[in-house]
Amino acid sequence: MSVKTIAGVAVNVSEDGYLEDMTQWNEEIAKEIAKEIGIELTPKHFEVIKYLREKTEAKEALTIRKVGKSGIVDIKELYKLFPKGPLKFSSKIAGIPKPTSCI
Amino acid sequence: MKNLLILGAGTSGTMMANHLRSKLYLNEWKITIVDQYKTHYYQPGFLFLPFDTYTEKQVKKVGKKFIPKDVIYIQKKIEQIFPEENKVQLEDETLDYDVLIVATGSKIAPEETEGLVGPLWKKDIFDFYTFEGSLALRNKLRDWEGGKLVVHITEMPIKCPVAPLEFAFLADSYFREKGMRDKVEITYVTPLTGAFTKPTCSTALSYLLKEKGIHMESDFAIEHVDNDTKEIVDYEDRRIPFDLLVTIPTNMGDEVIEKSGLGDDLNFIPTDHNTLQSLAHENIFVIGDATNVPASKAGSVAHFEAETLTDNILLYIDGYPLKKEFDGHANCFIETGNKKALLIDFNYVTEPVHGTFPFSKIGPLKLLKESVFNHWGKLAFRWIYWNMLLKGIPIPFVHRNMSFKGKVFDIKPENK
Repeated sequence: MSVKTIAGVAVNVSEDGYLEDMTQWNEEIAKEIAKEIGIELTPKHFEVIKYLREKTEAKEALTIRKVGKSGIVDIKELYKLFPKGPLKFSSKIAGIPKPTSCI
Repeated sequence: MKNLLILGAGTSGTMMANHLRSKLYLNEWKITIVDQYKTHYYQPGFLFLPFDTYTEKQVKKVGKKFIPKDVIYIQKKIEQIFPEENKVQLEDETLDYDVLIVATGSKIAPEETEGLVGPLWKKDIFDFYTFEGSLALRNKLRDWEGGKLVVHITEMPIKCPVAPLEFAFLADSYFREKGMRDKVEITYVTPLTGAFTKPTCSTALSYLLKEKGIHMESDFAIEHVDNDTKEIVDYEDRRIPFDLLVTIPTNMGDEVIEKSGLGDDLNFIPTDHNTLQSLAHENIFVIGDATNVPASKAGSVAHFEAETLTDNILLYIDGYPLKKEFDGHANCFIETGNKKALLIDFNYVTEPVHGTFPFSKIGPLKLLKESVFNHWGKLAFRWIYWNMLLKGIPIPFVHRNMSFKGKVFDIKPENK
């Protein structure tokens, strides 16, 4: 764990750059992480991010399949919004832990 | 009389019937187990059947043989669970329960992927997670002349997460022995970032793929199968051609779970990770592949769960708090081909490590290292399964919780 300043805020991040405490997150932090990945955030991105954060708060495990059934985007659209690893990148931008569907 | 009802007579359900019949007072409790199928399959054998290592006979027996005589066995289809009324509807009767154990397992759902069950299904596209699929694949391999073999995982979680990789390793050995390895190109396709589902394994074992000349495609989330061009296609239009596709389709819980409103989006039941009580109903317990707990869906996990669950059911019946005991412990042999195997031991929080098992420093089994002895262990396990595990006989020296004795924490997982 280390402390990193993102958008002027000192936040705790994991070794691979995921926020350790989702309450430290704000929209400016999201925009800056997205920029590092090479994604320009639109209102649709934020709808997905909001969904991810709500589900994480409710302690529900996230999968691509689940987001695809959220009614916000289907899986194809999710890939368009967050290319090359939609759940990994969207989680990073949403300030939630790295998804662990690897069991 | 009170009723304890078990749904499903697979590995978990059968073990629970055997454990509970010797623990419950049978003058107070009636134990009933329901399963629509007559045959009990030794599912780890489905990995060996395609390569003619096992015969059909070695992987199937009549399920009833393993159910104790004082447990009522009903071979009927389960239609729906009514958790608010404590009732289960079967095809032509309704059963009441005081305590319900759901052990309905998981199964493949190839229809979830567009084009999988199409013109090529069972011709050039096979699964080996069913007896029929595994057998059909054996017949195909017997006179296949070679080409592009693609071994593919659709999405996680799947039953026995290492089986697809073992399949690729065994295929390498099989074609070598047949003297046709040069005619076969093996590609391993996974939705994960590494070949192994656990980062320490990917670090310690990535040499195996190289050594066997298996090409890997990672981060591949399949969108559909193109039956015309014989390619699998992902959501970003990445295409991987195949002549023979061996796929692990989406795994889902039983449809009765969906019908009863008890499951998540894959029909797995939200279950307490440590007590195995269902989160929604206190008199419903869940075990094995039917749960949504983040442990491997594997027989060894079910075996460890069964020991905790037996204690918890007794505690529940007597009104005591449940033990928060189950730690996600899994203990799996991984076949690596050439009559060698690895052994891994891990739980919810601890990744597989080096060391010896089950005895510290003695072994005889080595963790995370290939050995002939581990391979014998895997083959011997079939006997243990039929003769000890299903009957609820404890396996000596193997504890339900993961032990840290004899383990060496020397692998640092790579970050991806």
